[in-house]
Amino acid sequence: MNQPASAYFIEDRHDPNETHTLAVLVQNEPGVLARVIGLFSGRGYNIESLTVSETEAQKHLSRITIVTTGTPMVIEQIKHQLDRMIPVYRVVDMTLTKRSIERELAMVKVRGQGEHRVEALRLADAFRARVIDATTESFVFEITGNTDKINQFIDLMRPLGLVEVSRTGVAAIGRGPEGM
Amino acid sequence: MSDKSHDPNQMTGAAMIVRALIDHGVTDIFGYPGGAVLPIYDEIFQQSHIQHILVRHEQGAGHAAEGYARSTGKPGVALVTSGPGATNMVTPLTDALMDSIPLVCISGQVPTHLIGNDAFQECDTVGITRPCTKHNWLVRDVNDLAKVLHEAFYVATSGRPGPVLVDVPKDVQFATGTYHPPRKSDVHRSYAPRLKGDATQIRKAVALLASAKRPVIYSGGGVINSGPEATKLLRELVEVTGFPITSTLMGLGAYPASGKNWLGMLGMHGTYEANMTMHDCDVMLCVGARFDDRITGRVDAFSPGSKKIHIDIDPSSINKNIRVDVPIIGDCGNILGDILQVFKAEAKKPDIKSWWQQIAQWRARNSLYYKKSNDVILPQHAIQSLFEQTRGKDTYITTEVGQHQMWAAQFYGFEEPHRWMTSGGLGTMGYGLPAAVGVQVAHPDSLVIDIAGDASVQMTMQEMSTAVQYELPIKIFILNNQYMGMVRQWQQLLHGNRLSHSYSEALPDFVKLAEAYGAVGLQVHKPADLDGAIKEMISVKRPVLFDCRVAALENCFPMIPSGKAHNEMLLPEQANDEATAKAFAGGKALV
Repeated sequence: MNQPASAYFIEDRHDPNETHTLAVLVQNEPGVLARVIGLFSGRGYNIESLTVSETEAQKHLSRITIVTTGTPMVIEQIKHQLDRMIPVYRVVDMTLTKRSIERELAMVKVRGQGEHRVEALRLADAFRARVIDATTESFVFEITGNTDKINQFIDLMRPLGLVEVSRTGVAAIGRGPEGM
Repeated sequence: MSDKSHDPNQMTGAAMIVRALIDHGVTDIFGYPGGAVLPIYDEIFQQSHIQHILVRHEQGAGHAAEGYARSTGKPGVALVTSGPGATNMVTPLTDALMDSIPLVCISGQVPTHLIGNDAFQECDTVGITRPCTKHNWLVRDVNDLAKVLHEAFYVATSGRPGPVLVDVPKDVQFATGTYHPPRKSDVHRSYAPRLKGDATQIRKAVALLASAKRPVIYSGGGVINSGPEATKLLRELVEVTGFPITSTLMGLGAYPASGKNWLGMLGMHGTYEANMTMHDCDVMLCVGARFDDRITGRVDAFSPGSKKIHIDIDPSSINKNIRVDVPIIGDCGNILGDILQVFKAEAKKPDIKSWWQQIAQWRARNSLYYKKSNDVILPQHAIQSLFEQTRGKDTYITTEVGQHQMWAAQFYGFEEPHRWMTSGGLGTMGYGLPAAVGVQVAHPDSLVIDIAGDASVQMTMQEMSTAVQYELPIKIFILNNQYMGMVRQWQQLLHGNRLSHSYSEALPDFVKLAEAYGAVGLQVHKPADLDGAIKEMISVKRPVLFDCRVAALENCFPMIPSGKAHNEMLLPEQANDEATAKAFAGGKALV
């Protein structure tokens, strides 16, 4: 191993990265999101997508859904690091449960006329996207689905006059009767 | 006061803080007053249950509280004002987080209506300290204060201990509210550290231990944090199994250095026998340690042929650096007890005679060898001499960070836990002197010695003034080589001997400095005078700065060079220029 002179052991890690979706149930209190985000930035973990909202107002519970990438060892670390935070109730790896559903909502603004406009509408129909705003030269589409589907839709809209996109990030839930 | 005096639980926020400290058994706190904590200082003035130690810099308060905590097993408490008071606490908080030390810091904050206005001495204390505390709180309502304070003590001391901070705005300190004594519901329902180990895992561990041919026990600071019972059980396990034991820097004293199964410390500056035993073992039992990078050396060559059992209370310590075969999550005291019980009932002492013979060969390499001199004091000799003369005394040792710290770990033999206070994880130069202040406050009649370096000790030297004020007879034993020795050692080994800014061209006269503080200064140059001077230092019942002039260019060996494995140690007798260059080969910057 050829490494520069250093007081630290510098090693190359070659394990392949995986993408995991984590559902994190937290006490909804000031600073809780900052703690979670600070953990990711402080320890050099990736956030691909992050959604957060209060889900049980009476119990002051919020649910944070994080899509992250890393080697299997890093993913395991992320879960443990999240789990040991004081206001965190539970961390569930939705990718490991195999029985989870992931959805994302996007609003996509497309500007164009003539044939492009007709094509955009036709594709939106095929993707079951709804028109939620229209002018004579633009549409705003609302589309829900998994991340791949939304990416695909946006790619298709690009040559048709894509103006801007607003996405919620991923929300996930397990199938079947059991809660997390 | 008048209309509510009938209810003893009605009080101001400031009074609640003092009351909560008393309810948690706190007798000593370390702090520094300022605008945003004046109401609390006013309460402290009007009571006699808690002694307040006035430090000279908030960092000193934090390290003193750490020293207090490490030497007693109780939480250390620091009280600081807003803004610079709080930012000066960042270093000790981080230090305590890295070394799992229970610390409760109470900081003042500007009044709630001024928060966010860039008010005088305002800073985002909870934001700044979020990554360097186990948890922190900003209390906006006086009626939440009692609950938060009780939770703070619980979080700091339970599970894997650590520092916490409670930020209290000045208007909350003035406001009147209802206090309640500690109760269970004060704690987040989401916080429940696991204490009991999984029975199946414990059986797997015992099966591995019983079948071991080349076992080793590798223990850490977690054993000491768990309390005296864990130390007792660890010693019993060594006795029952007959296994060799090594320890991290943080774990020294859990197993006595005079014990026959003791291999010495492991890691970068650990003994040859400890590191070779780790490398060649077939079963490793890691108790309350975390496979830190100073311990493992090159991770892909770390103990390649062993099955590893890892006991830790923090699940995030498992498989962080090194993949283990049998993780057991829980309090190491409980788990050691369970392992012992199962082992005694179902297993018998494995025959590891040939393993011990191998270890004896490694020991014979005498990896801590150094050449004594009649002309100049070798730093290793100074520590051995200090050890010999304090042996059997009621002694606590703190250190700063650097070569002297490693020599202290190598040459001072610790027989009991809680006797060794050193900044392991963060490596904070300037830790040792204020830590000694804290230890001496907790143990007024004991001998408290800070083994220091001339560079480190100047970072927090001002706390000598604290020691003098409170008549704390701490002994600052400075191994003075006029260098930042460890920095210089790395520059020699890795940066072509270009000694960039590691030499202190101007040092104070430590004897005069001691006298200026109202303490005692001693200086020694000659090996022949060393023992007498140490005797004098011990006999003086006042704070002492001991300027021990040592060989300037001595380096700390043995050593695992960077990027190397445990079995590629550089031993002192090999540490000539050529061998050193070879050991560090591959380093691009090596000329």
